[in-house]
Amino acid sequence: MNDNKTIEATEKEIVEDFSLLDSWDDKYEYIIDLGKKLQPLEAEHKIDDNRVRGCQSTVYLAADYKDGKVFYKAESDAMIVKGLISMLIRVLSGNTPDEIIEAKLDFIRQIGMTTHLAQTRSNGLLAMLKQMKNYALAYKIKNETLIKQL
Amino acid sequence: MTETVTVQKKLDAYSIRKQFPVLNRKVKGKPLIYLDNAATSQKPQMVIDALVNYYSNYNANIHRGIHTLAEEATQAFEETRDSVQEFINAESREQIIFTRGTTEGINLVAYTWGRQNVKAGDEIIISVMEHHSNIVPWQILCEQNGAILKIIPINDEGELLMDEYEKLLSPKTKLVSVVHVSNSLGTINPVKQIIDAAHKTGAIVFVDGAQSAVHLDIDVQDMDCDFFAFSAHKLYGPTGVGILYGKKNLLESMPPFQGGGEMIKEVSFEKTTYNELPYKFEAGTPNIADTIAFKTALDFIHQTGKEKMSRHEKELLAYATIQLELIPGLRIIGKAREKISVVSFVIDGLHPQDIGTLLDNRGIAVRTGYHCTQPLMNRFGITGTVRASFAVYNTKEEIDELVLGLHKAIKMLS
Repeated sequence: MNDNKTIEATEKEIVEDFSLLDSWDDKYEYIIDLGKKLQPLEAEHKIDDNRVRGCQSTVYLAADYKDGKVFYKAESDAMIVKGLISMLIRVLSGNTPDEIIEAKLDFIRQIGMTTHLAQTRSNGLLAMLKQMKNYALAYKIKNETLIKQL
Repeated sequence: MTETVTVQKKLDAYSIRKQFPVLNRKVKGKPLIYLDNAATSQKPQMVIDALVNYYSNYNANIHRGIHTLAEEATQAFEETRDSVQEFINAESREQIIFTRGTTEGINLVAYTWGRQNVKAGDEIIISVMEHHSNIVPWQILCEQNGAILKIIPINDEGELLMDEYEKLLSPKTKLVSVVHVSNSLGTINPVKQIIDAAHKTGAIVFVDGAQSAVHLDIDVQDMDCDFFAFSAHKLYGPTGVGILYGKKNLLESMPPFQGGGEMIKEVSFEKTTYNELPYKFEAGTPNIADTIAFKTALDFIHQTGKEKMSRHEKELLAYATIQLELIPGLRIIGKAREKISVVSFVIDGLHPQDIGTLLDNRGIAVRTGYHCTQPLMNRFGITGTVRASFAVYNTKEEIDELVLGLHKAIKMLS
């Protein structure tokens, strides 16, 4: 997560992991497994302010800023969304706001999971991805304002 | 002897399937199993052909055109009106108004009859199982006119509490608007009884027929409803076409909904006089192609035999209910005695969306979520269900596949 790997490098790792999975069932089993392993979000973070509303499932997303890097924590009530969240956190967490804002996240397409970001899914995942980038942008702006003030 | 007759009358879903080209496709490498018919049904080749034929041979704007194409298009368009009149046994063709869909039909009445007749302190009764389309237009009307919305409750099986309904009725009740068949539960509501009780207190009744029109015999005169609305796309017809039926005196007394071409008789800057029924409510160029093709969809239903279709769907419902209930942890939401072929369910500890995703992975299309009936989901204390809804082309083998898919999903998710 914060092991100094670039976003692209982590994406590449995930794409390589997926290339070993032949069938759709295997891919989903892998994602569900990630979902099951996702650290549960502490109750203090499960507040309305952190809620990313989807039509069908709910995502809670919290962010923290430490030493110039953004760290995310999240949870969902749907298992597959949880697994996808886990991958997004693995890719984005521990990077600088600029790196996160710039991230293309092409791995989602490469592992064949773009449908989960489609409008029709309404699962809050697309909204969550936007929210992750919004956090990065907010920290960046806050940072720049602080620097100007110095 | 009797048995032979029954066998002969049975619908052959396997040969009917051949008329639906989309059923040949594969999803995620598996043959499509389409169980989302309550959202929209698939279209038979004859409906698709009707659309192509219109655009290929006689596309023209209807009414008032003097040329051959306009005449042909107008005739075909108006023939659909006749077919619909027959389909729901309306008194006259003028009482059949083309809309974009059920939702527009409800809004039309809320914005015209509603604004004219519903005053501060008046009451509108709907039920807890309404689709958002039959909640929000009345809510807006109530907010604007200071009227009050009353809700008919249901029991745990998903049936309206008729005693409670009758208690809600009073001289203040101006309108009762109820769904004929619940899209989330499949419950068939006793609309005749509802209408009868409302009429006794002087209220009128709007029946939302979005789910019922394809499954039940519709006779608006026998039902004695004041308004009835449904959508073509749930009856094997194209999207973007709806029907609003209304009693003639009501339709005549109502102001127009939208202004524009088609709905006027004479226009000057001082005064405009409106066209007669049904054109008064059909402003602008209508959805000509889809309306024309809808007649073909009604022909399909007629040729197949609505009673046969309904019997087949009932068999599927009975089979699916038994098979699904055998799955450990599965709970069917909506167990009314009178139901159409919709099965909504939840599985302990699993999110409907996960189940839907894993079923799609096997080519099985179901709907998940709250099905535009959030208050109803709240009533059952759930955030959503998985809904399988069956049509004329579905088979028991497809239900077996659904059950297999569910077992597999449960295994993967737990």
